Amino acid sequence: MVIKFQLSALRRTRWYEIVLRFLFGGLATVATGMIAKSYGPVIGGLFLAFPAIFPATATLVEKHVKEKKKNVHIDGVNRSRSAVALEARGTAMGSLGLAVFGLLLWRFLVDRPAWLVLLAASLAWLVTSIVIWELRRLIRGRFSTVS
Amino acid sequence: MLKVMLFRFLIGGAVVSAFSALGDILKPKSFAGLFGAAPSVALATLALTIATDGPSYASTEARSMIAGALAMFGYASIVLWVMFKYKPPALLISTSLIAVWLVTSFGIWFLVLK
Repeated sequence: MVIKFQLSALRRTRWYEIVLRFLFGGLATVATGMIAKSYGPVIGGLFLAFPAIFPATATLVEKHVKEKKKNVHIDGVNRSRSAVALEARGTAMGSLGLAVFGLLLWRFLVDRPAWLVLLAASLAWLVTSIVIWELRRLIRGRFSTVS
Repeated sequence: MLKVMLFRFLIGGAVVSAFSALGDILKPKSFAGLFGAAPSVALATLALTIATDGPSYASTEARSMIAGALAMFGYASIVLWVMFKYKPPALLISTSLIAVWLVTSFGIWFLVLK
């Protein structure tokens, strides 16, 4: 399976969807900071991985796929909800990468330059997530060939 | 205080929007979904926390974040299963199942981090 950049997908994104994501992202960051200030870094840190953005993303994916199918006169309800499920599968795999991101920050942030640790942890998130995604694809491919 | 909150809001909004846009343009969908768990809020928050409260405080937050990420894995896995099996409206399931994230992350906090 080839990974593609489809810039035309950006044209389907409406201005209010961009505003909505910006608001969700901004509010989640402010709320995380406030929780940490009120309850301390141990509780506050949990919310660094709060799925605040997922419901907005899932709703937009469902809406976009439904609209796309409607344009070709197909009822896209089932297809759009399967697309959300696939999005959730990716998010589950990405969250394991997020755990690795947290692990590296926890172990190295105190005695290494912060910018370097943030950069390395971000790369580790990306690499871990892609490796898990690719491994799942290979394992699934092998099993479907055998059967 | 208000200035710091506004700054957090703008940085958080910008980072989350950038990762979301990246998720929009990538295909296939399951690969794009990886960006649903991008460390967007974490990057924005931790960079500011390191600057204001120091790396030790941020490191403690990062340790808890591991628990939050594992809870997110549980949340996304259940959303995946429910969406494939029953195909309910996405907003209903993705918001109501946040309870799973809360129970799992606070469960790990209670058992391991407290």
